[in-house]
Amino acid sequence: MVSAMEIYQLTPKLNCKKCGLPTCMAFAVALLAREKQIEDCTPLLEPKYEAKLKKLREVMAPVAGATETGLIIHEDRCYGCGNCVVACPVNVANDPKGSAIGLGPKSDKVILIVEDGVVKCLNPKECRRFGPNRILCNLCTATCPSKAIEFV
Amino acid sequence: MAVCTGCSLLCDDIEVTIDGRRITKTKNLCRKGFGRYRSLASDRSVRRVDGKQVGIDEAISRAAEMLRDAKRPLLFGWSCSTLEAQRKGIELARRTKAIIDDTSSICQGEIMDMVIREEIPSCTLDDVRNYGDTLIFWGCDPSSSHPRHMSRFSYFPRGEKLQRGHEEDRTAFLIDIRASPTAKILSGNFVQIPPGGDADLIDAMLAVLDGKIPRVRDKKAMISMMNTLKKADMGVVFPGLGLAYSLKGRMDRLKMLVDRLNETTKYNVIPMVGHYNMRGFNQLLFNETGFINRVSFADGVDHGPMYSVVEASKSCDLALVVGSDPISSLPAGIARALAGVPMITLDPHRTLTTELSRVVIPTALSGIEAGGSALRMDGVRIEFDPIMKSEYPSDEEVLSMILEEI
Ligand code: SF4
Ligand code: SF4
Ligand code: SF4
Repeated sequence: MVSAMEIYQLTPKLNCKKCGLPTCMAFAVALLAREKQIEDCTPLLEPKYEAKLKKLREVMAPVAGATETGLIIHEDRCYGCGNCVVACPVNVANDPKGSAIGLGPKSDKVILIVEDGVVKCLNPKECRRFGPNRILCNLCTATCPSKAIEFV
Repeated sequence: MAVCTGCSLLCDDIEVTIDGRRITKTKNLCRKGFGRYRSLASDRSVRRVDGKQVGIDEAISRAAEMLRDAKRPLLFGWSCSTLEAQRKGIELARRTKAIIDDTSSICQGEIMDMVIREEIPSCTLDDVRNYGDTLIFWGCDPSSSHPRHMSRFSYFPRGEKLQRGHEEDRTAFLIDIRASPTAKILSGNFVQIPPGGDADLIDAMLAVLDGKIPRVRDKKAMISMMNTLKKADMGVVFPGLGLAYSLKGRMDRLKMLVDRLNETTKYNVIPMVGHYNMRGFNQLLFNETGFINRVSFADGVDHGPMYSVVEASKSCDLALVVGSDPISSLPAGIARALAGVPMITLDPHRTLTTELSRVVIPTALSGIEAGGSALRMDGVRIEFDPIMKSEYPSDEEVLSMILEEI
């Protein structure tokens, strides 16, 4: 997964504040957190930065597929084992008769569910990594045998 | 809710949406189970006698005739059939004085024999979910072979006594020769051993239980593991194929370890059966003959290694293969011997075995096109209905038709 440092290397490094942030490094971090768009950096759209812009769009492409919480699913790696479904504390709290006890989810308030053999994310905003009280929960990634879930 | 027959967990919480014979959406099926559902539309076998496509009546008569004429028929496969079909299979073996054997003969037979004879304690997977706080996965990789094992029953779910699931209430160890996908989840408790090193590891574990110094490199880790194992309220050992092959003929070593652990606390064993109803066949044959596999009905009931598929392939003059692909799965020399024998094969799919068979009778996919019942890896009976109509007869129906003609 791309890092803020790699993104920083692809900015104009002018610290011009046109994006509304004090430094290009801050912009890189905000870009990764999806709080800013590439286009918010207007100098980058100038012809002389064409190569950097192209590269930046490339490295950001996978991140663009992430949900608002930064969760990315690599379907090709997923076994559909449901470990993440059963381990996710939000699933457990919202679905005591289903995922909490190992069964397929019986509630529509769960975040993760397995469909057609691979995991799907239904309610990303419920994730504990999201919102004002966010915490760095990693139970879904820690229980995955194949790194099929990642957070950017 | 449908049941998945993709492995011996027989997951019964599967939701399927169908449009005619097309599966449009499934919920809760793992990738492996989804593959089985998807195989509905791919590579189906074709009914044939001597290379020519024929009607069902002709195929049945030819199969019955071949079975009648055979002097030493071998009936093999069975672990991917329902209990109802297996019962017909055992009846057919009696009637044709055949040798009957199933895939357990070349995989988990030895451990299953001890479990069914109650020589080693076992329990259900529901007990594991509710009370199993200390687990040993041994020579297996559930993430690949039984993808929902850890999430449905053994490690992640909350249970009656284990409300905090894997986070605080459960400890699981993995013993294996390679860092498998399961090792990624249990990396802190992964004990890597050299190929064939299982017996030595058992000796080391027994040494610690005897208060002796174990002969392993990391003595501290071994002693700490044994202390955790001894503290279990209910421990469960899940032996896989790796352990079955490595301890072949010496399964009493595993029994000794489990017996010793049972002196301090409670330990159970549930073999990681692969095919969805291997345990069903073993239990049925045991109920009828006192043996779980390798039986000959030539003269009453006889049992022994000479009736294993490996030996019988070399001595039989006809083979009826049901839901198995021995030509691909047996060692080359034995597969070659079997390929030289006239074969009748019942299978939903095209396999190397159907390709080499004189008579091929395509059958319905159980759980999807045909109903019935089966024994989960822990012996719990699971019943299922078909989820769609099918042009294919079930194994049970085909075997009944053959029985009628004999
Ligand atoms: S980070 Fe935590 S809350 Fe969010 S999906 Fe993963 S397990 Fe659930
Ligand atoms: S994302 Fe990982 S843990 Fe979740 S179902 Fe897929 S393989 Fe299993
Ligand atoms: S774990 Fe086994 S029975 Fe359950 S859905 Fe997967 S293949 Fe089917």
